[in-house]
Amino acid sequence: MIDLLDHLKRMISTAGLSGFESPIREILMEAWAPFTDELQVSKIGSLHGLKKGQAESPRKRVLISAHMDAIGMMVTDIKDGLMHITEIGGLDHRILPGQLVMVHGRENLPGVIVQPPAHLLPKDLNDGPVDLKYLLVDVGLRPAEVAAKVRVGDTVSFAQPPMELTGEALAGHTLDNRVSLAATTLCLEILQNRVHDWDVWAVASVQEEETLGGALTSPFEIRPDLAIIIDVCFAKGPGANDWQTLPFGEGVGLGYGPNIHPALYGAFEDKAKALEIPYHRDLTPRMSGTDAMAVQIVAEGIPCAIVEIPLRYMHTPVETVSLKDVRRAGRLMAEFIADLDAETLDKMKWEE
Amino acid sequence: MMTKNKEITVPEIGQDQLELLEKLCNATAVSGDEGEVRQIVLEAIKPLVDEVKVDALGNVLATKRGHGENRVRVMLAAHMDEIGFMIVDDKDNLFQFERVGGIDERQLPGKAVLVGSEHLPGVIGAKPIHLTTTKERKSKVELSSMRIDLGPGIGDKVKPGDRATFATRFKLLGPSIRAKALDDRFGVATLIELLKYPPDNVDLLAAFTVQEEVGLRGARVAAYHIDPDMAIAIDSTPAYDLPHWEEDFGNDHYNTKLDAGPAIYVMDRATIADRRLVTLLEEAAQEKGIPYQLRQPGGGGTDAGAIHKVRSGIPSISVSVPGRYAHTAASIARVSDWENTLKLLHAALIKVTPDFLKGERRG
Repeated sequence: MIDLLDHLKRMISTAGLSGFESPIREILMEAWAPFTDELQVSKIGSLHGLKKGQAESPRKRVLISAHMDAIGMMVTDIKDGLMHITEIGGLDHRILPGQLVMVHGRENLPGVIVQPPAHLLPKDLNDGPVDLKYLLVDVGLRPAEVAAKVRVGDTVSFAQPPMELTGEALAGHTLDNRVSLAATTLCLEILQNRVHDWDVWAVASVQEEETLGGALTSPFEIRPDLAIIIDVCFAKGPGANDWQTLPFGEGVGLGYGPNIHPALYGAFEDKAKALEIPYHRDLTPRMSGTDAMAVQIVAEGIPCAIVEIPLRYMHTPVETVSLKDVRRAGRLMAEFIADLDAETLDKMKWEE
Repeated sequence: MMTKNKEITVPEIGQDQLELLEKLCNATAVSGDEGEVRQIVLEAIKPLVDEVKVDALGNVLATKRGHGENRVRVMLAAHMDEIGFMIVDDKDNLFQFERVGGIDERQLPGKAVLVGSEHLPGVIGAKPIHLTTTKERKSKVELSSMRIDLGPGIGDKVKPGDRATFATRFKLLGPSIRAKALDDRFGVATLIELLKYPPDNVDLLAAFTVQEEVGLRGARVAAYHIDPDMAIAIDSTPAYDLPHWEEDFGNDHYNTKLDAGPAIYVMDRATIADRRLVTLLEEAAQEKGIPYQLRQPGGGGTDAGAIHKVRSGIPSISVSVPGRYAHTAASIARVSDWENTLKLLHAALIKVTPDFLKGERRG
């Protein structure tokens, strides 16, 4: 068995901002190679891993889509050896001052995001939040060294080291969505020892946080019959307790709403019940905020299910997840896939 | 036969000094709970000094006597405590906390912390941006809404009263150091080094003080006990040498600048330095060719603010290592500024003569 904690820690310690995913893709190629028959990289950088089914060809195909890109920042300007930055993906600027970062210049330069003192900021900020445009990155180098090593357009990743919390919880940056990639690795590993009829296409998609570019293009190439999107959802925690949140560490989420095929949802629910894997229905009345938004509308349309791992403090460098839920998600996907057969699609019907 | 002079007579910053500073910065010593740093200090200085004791407040007070006649009794103070947090409430495995020392609450959302004597890892989370409104993002996150999360299995391993600090670990970034608590582990490490190079002309009276960040309390009682002829507080002071947000505005209020050497204080909010000591330090720097800067007079304060008013008055001054982003998760300072601070203090101590404080304070 792979060591889930090591696998996850390695993944969240590897860069891969939206549009710049090659470092994390290389880690995944290594991790998925033992469990797949083919590995391909799509034209825009997504990783496709094929694990062939045992049914007669032509076989049905199931897609697992987990985005591998991370939120972060990009250098926009350099002044006196300090860098101005903009965001890649959605960032609440209030979590940025004092964060440890890595500037990916001509070499990797560790640094920190800085909130300048009040007298160097606009007067009307009045002790309120400081917008990203006023924040700076300091890498501890003198201006001439910075000029030689950093250019506008260089990416900036969060660099908070992973922290193991009590009760099998892990905190760190980019657990959105590396936890889903870890669950996918577990799923592929479980399927190694199972008979499955269908071809399994595991996809680590690019650019979810910005353009959904990976989720729109990989399914077009693969043309799956069904798609399982795996992503994180909001766990209950300080400041987050309403209907949009699920309990932390007490089971996976199953997305429910217009991005999800209701029969596929029902099949997942039945499977979770049969396996006694705790789950919670995650309501997304308009859109799910996941790859499913894109996968659903590729070509002539693809039925989607969403499996979710509850995560606290999403889009901060201290995202927190329960390893139990990661294992549950991997197992649920594997068992669901192992049961796919010649009749499955006939059951995925809209009401008569 | 001649023997080669074996001693390095001027202190320098090398690997050993950086390792000690790393150990000091990574330790947790929130004001009122300085034990971890106190242990490191005691271990480091016991072989070096003639006498050492821990006083009623937890200050470490050590004496290293010189060998000359009419030695001047010089108190050197560096505070062991750092800003941090105290756990004040525990509900549902989430811990409310209060600040200890001056911390901008805007520095807190999304930070990693270490809690209690076992350094248990925890996080100060923040609401996902997806669940916030535009209006909400225009206000800062209130301290009262923040919690420290140590995971669902924390049980009773953390209790109200436990202290916490930022989890940032010490790291060298080229010519710089990135660490928490450089204010004032720089001072503590400098004072330990000075005890290794005691000048003959003075008695070094080292005070590793407590509770500086919450009211200069340790320094006051330390100075009373020591009753020195003069005192120097060794600290770290902000370098606000960043650009103004408006392109056309300069920055006249930088306090100090990195790479400009140790900051000599003329005046801050708590102390007006004794001019004789300003002159002593400036002359020492000039004679030895050590770069230095005069800290821009203004706000702030050090242990000297308490020391100079103890008993019938003690001629006092402060010297600081300039550092950016004090009282946040990660400060940045230059190794060269630290080394020059150490060298300046050593050069100044050697220059102290029995009669230089005779007569009236003039200015």
